[in-house]
Amino acid sequence: MQAEYDVVVIGAGPAGLAAAIEAKKNGVERVLLVDRDRELGGILQQCIHNGFGLHLFKEELTGPEYAEKFIDELNDLKIEYKLDTMVIDLTKEKVITMINPKDGLITVKAKAIVLAMGCRERTRGALNIPGTRPSGLFTAGTAQRFVNMEGYMVGKRVVILGSGDIGLIMARRMTLEGAKVLAVVELLPYSSGLTRNIVQCLDDYDIPLYLNHTIAQIQGKHRLEGVYITKVDDDRRPVEGAEFYVECDTLLLSVGLIPENELSKVAGIKLDITTNGPIVNESMETSAEGIFACGNVVHVHDLADYVTIEARRAGRSAAKYVKEMLNYNGKNIIVKAGRGIRYVVPHFINVDNLEDSLELYTRVDNVYKQTNLIVTLDDEILVRINKKRLVPGEIEHIKLNAGKLKGKEASRIMVEVRKEGA
Amino acid sequence: MDNRKMICIVCPLGCQIEVVKDKNTRDFTVTGNQCKKGKDYGIKEMTNPTRILTTTVKLRSSYLRRLPVRTDIPISKALILDCMREINRIEVCAPVKAGTVLVRNIFNTGVNVIASRSISRLSRTDRA
Repeated sequence: MQAEYDVVVIGAGPAGLAAAIEAKKNGVERVLLVDRDRELGGILQQCIHNGFGLHLFKEELTGPEYAEKFIDELNDLKIEYKLDTMVIDLTKEKVITMINPKDGLITVKAKAIVLAMGCRERTRGALNIPGTRPSGLFTAGTAQRFVNMEGYMVGKRVVILGSGDIGLIMARRMTLEGAKVLAVVELLPYSSGLTRNIVQCLDDYDIPLYLNHTIAQIQGKHRLEGVYITKVDDDRRPVEGAEFYVECDTLLLSVGLIPENELSKVAGIKLDITTNGPIVNESMETSAEGIFACGNVVHVHDLADYVTIEARRAGRSAAKYVKEMLNYNGKNIIVKAGRGIRYVVPHFINVDNLEDSLELYTRVDNVYKQTNLIVTLDDEILVRINKKRLVPGEIEHIKLNAGKLKGKEASRIMVEVRKEGA
Repeated sequence: MDNRKMICIVCPLGCQIEVVKDKNTRDFTVTGNQCKKGKDYGIKEMTNPTRILTTTVKLRSSYLRRLPVRTDIPISKALILDCMREINRIEVCAPVKAGTVLVRNIFNTGVNVIASRSISRLSRTDRA
């Protein structure tokens, strides 16, 4: 017999936990949370550094502490969850097939689904770095799990490729555990990590950051022996003669995250080619009715706090859907990324389903100084924010007042970067 | 060091600030900051920079081999590597409750090292 639930949430990281809690709090009884790991919390459990919760709780928590707040609440609300459980199929009709050692193969039917599968790391294979294939190469997140949870130190002389936040955090972590971090190498002219991580993880420990550089070759037969680092030009091509060798036994890769959307694809959900995540509306609903998505599966966030905020919206929306409170008749306003903007989430807005306000999440495509972030509704300027500095590494949040959108015949919202006063 | 350039990390603006110490009056002048918090940050970084230290300790009787820990309040940056040596000597046994003090008043700083998660007592082959 097929079990039935009101809301099934896939993935129990920060997004899934918050979505399940919010669905239950909004009057939905049968909520099920599913995760493939052996415990709740997802990647938060390996992020032992502090800095979580600054926006939401006004205190600085570590990843596990942040997770524990939600896990406690989940237990208080008596929300059912299944661990060690892999979802292997998902349909538009909201039938979920999953597998675990206790139940075997099971299918459940849900009235609404929240996708919260997060993302995974890009690997060496995605970069095509020339050289041999020795041991000693890890994605930064894998090394983080080994060091922080499993108790394996991954190496002694370390080079890190990519200056994303996980790479920066691992530079400090490896140093504290006694390794020598020789270089953090970044292809772009700027780091994609948060400024506070550059300062607290690199500057504090005098770890050099090489901007406009990449790794040209990997050397070593059994274990990594060294890497060639090279300067790159404006087209990101190696500059001849600007190569130097660094002896090292470990290379950590922090070269980007990919939203994990295999299940979304199986269910035929439409994805955005820029974010690699589902196209969503104001309610975080995907192209499949009643299937919602939130967190890093939609677009890669910089802070867990923002994942939680987005996930709560998805959880509330799923509850509304179950209670048939979502309206599907209204007209959709399309949200567009204009000049200087890489993407905007959500992708469209059904004004009838708006709460009091709506947050647009957006990333710029380059570093901008002394500029304005502008939101227009057709030709009317809705929001103009002065920005001293805009960087691709930090998501911008733009709060829109629902009142400004309601009762208008507009069809397009555009977010763009403009020079001050323009 | 009497002069230092740094990036202020109080807010996402990330002002490039410069702190200059007057040789005679020993007062600090901060430039490049856009608010008062930047000035305070610059002076603190010159006088007594502090950080929350987060690391792990050995853990027994659970499905994980490491327990995450942190200092309960920021500790002087100069003491961080000494603290690491001290903390690395600790071994704890599950179950542990988040917030449990593992080292009280480390190096007489008034700072405690606490567990930063709860963990149950389970063998590595058991499932949480």
